[in-house]
Amino acid sequence: MLATRGGIIKDLRSFLSEQGFLEVQTPLMINAPVPEASIEAFSVFQGKGKPDLYLIPSPEINLKRLLAEGLDRIFQLGPVFRQEEQGSHHLPEFTILEWYRTGADYHDLMSDCEAIIEITARSAGWKDDSVTYKGIKINIKPTFPRITIKKVFEKYAGWTPGPAPDLDRFNQDMVTKIEPNLPPDRPVFLMDYPASCASLAKLKASDTEVAERVELYAGGLEIANGFSELTDHEEQEARFKKEAERRRKQGLRAYPRPEEFLLSLRGLPNCAGMALGIDRLVMLLTNASNINDVVAFPPEKIQPTAMP
Amino acid sequence: MYDSSDLRKGLKIAIDGEPYIITDFQFSKPGKGQALYKCKLKNMVTGYTVDRTYRSGDKFEPANLNEVHMQYLYRDNEGFHFMNTITYDQVTLTNDQVEEAKIFLLDNMEVDILFFQDTPIDITLPTFVELEVTESAPGVRGDTATGATKPVTLETGHEIQVPLFIKQGEILKIDTRTGEYVERAKK
Repeated sequence: MLATRGGIIKDLRSFLSEQGFLEVQTPLMINAPVPEASIEAFSVFQGKGKPDLYLIPSPEINLKRLLAEGLDRIFQLGPVFRQEEQGSHHLPEFTILEWYRTGADYHDLMSDCEAIIEITARSAGWKDDSVTYKGIKINIKPTFPRITIKKVFEKYAGWTPGPAPDLDRFNQDMVTKIEPNLPPDRPVFLMDYPASCASLAKLKASDTEVAERVELYAGGLEIANGFSELTDHEEQEARFKKEAERRRKQGLRAYPRPEEFLLSLRGLPNCAGMALGIDRLVMLLTNASNINDVVAFPPEKIQPTAMP
Repeated sequence: MYDSSDLRKGLKIAIDGEPYIITDFQFSKPGKGQALYKCKLKNMVTGYTVDRTYRSGDKFEPANLNEVHMQYLYRDNEGFHFMNTITYDQVTLTNDQVEEAKIFLLDNMEVDILFFQDTPIDITLPTFVELEVTESAPGVRGDTATGATKPVTLETGHEIQVPLFIKQGEILKIDTRTGEYVERAKK
């Protein structure tokens, strides 16, 4: 498995570099993560009297800073960290590929994803444009079906989410009614999420109730998430305030404001960026049902506190 | 008190005062959404199964259960009778409750009986039991080196697969979790 995983990552890197993407390494420790109501960052103790740093839950804000400084196609492939995420599809420390391109929108990202799935399937030894996962043959020939959130909710959940749906209901139905009903034999893009479900995404010009956000699913796995990026710094600040308020209401700790990121937005060109879970991609391509099976070691067990 | 991060397969919790065991568990987190914990739960008294989805921060009472070491006495029309060897209290489990355990259950065997309040609801056999072979098809010839097996009948009446060299009258060690033959018991 580790050999297959290594091969997938190697081919992914060469594909991106052939496409003109520059691999960058931005810091894994930052002073202020994006205030998102549902993602908890790990804090890093810097020493007595100093404020904590945070391990990145995603390299997103640093990559956008680089775009604002003039780079136009970049990617980062490495570890990210999220508290309290552990299960058959989740690790608290996992590997993410994030790529960004300027002068592009989420349609370009979908084409990128299709190419990535094709290329990595080949490196994992699959032929004939298909992958068999958990006994089901998945046809991975582009183009993958694209379905809007409105349509998929109307069909399987029996209601139409507006621009700011009840998030509890939205997420519950997503997990219990939508995800189990997605076509099993094709990867699929879910697109155009309610505006309130994408705090860093641009709203769709033709329908401002939704954001230009897309998610790739395959074999019941949520593989990637991306959007046409919001470039309006005032709008971004207002959305961060809202999210910070939601965090406060849920009793979550307050994060410092990501000042450098907000400043850099003034220079951010039109762009789109996608985050892809490498571990889940490897699960799909090696027919693994548990994420622990595709990493060198599963997460360390919590050790009992040392005796004084 | 448990919270949602304690949820896992096999955990026993109380819902509306009744004991449930989690038979299937999945952590789930739709993109940018909050954590959800999908559970299949089995009511440990009625056997009914329900699906529930819990959120981060939800709290759960542990199921009010306790396990008592008891000795198996006998079986009759009412069911299976067990006795607490310290207090001499006796309880009865139904045929359904003893389920798979009965194939390895022998008179005087020491087992654990699970109680919900004062009601016995489940039985746990010792991990390993030793049972005598009462019937074995004689003279099956075969290649013993390739791990060929044959069926034998145990003193409880249950049939299992064993290596060809096992003979009638021998005592076998059996793993009750898998229901499989382990080795010949040392005399």
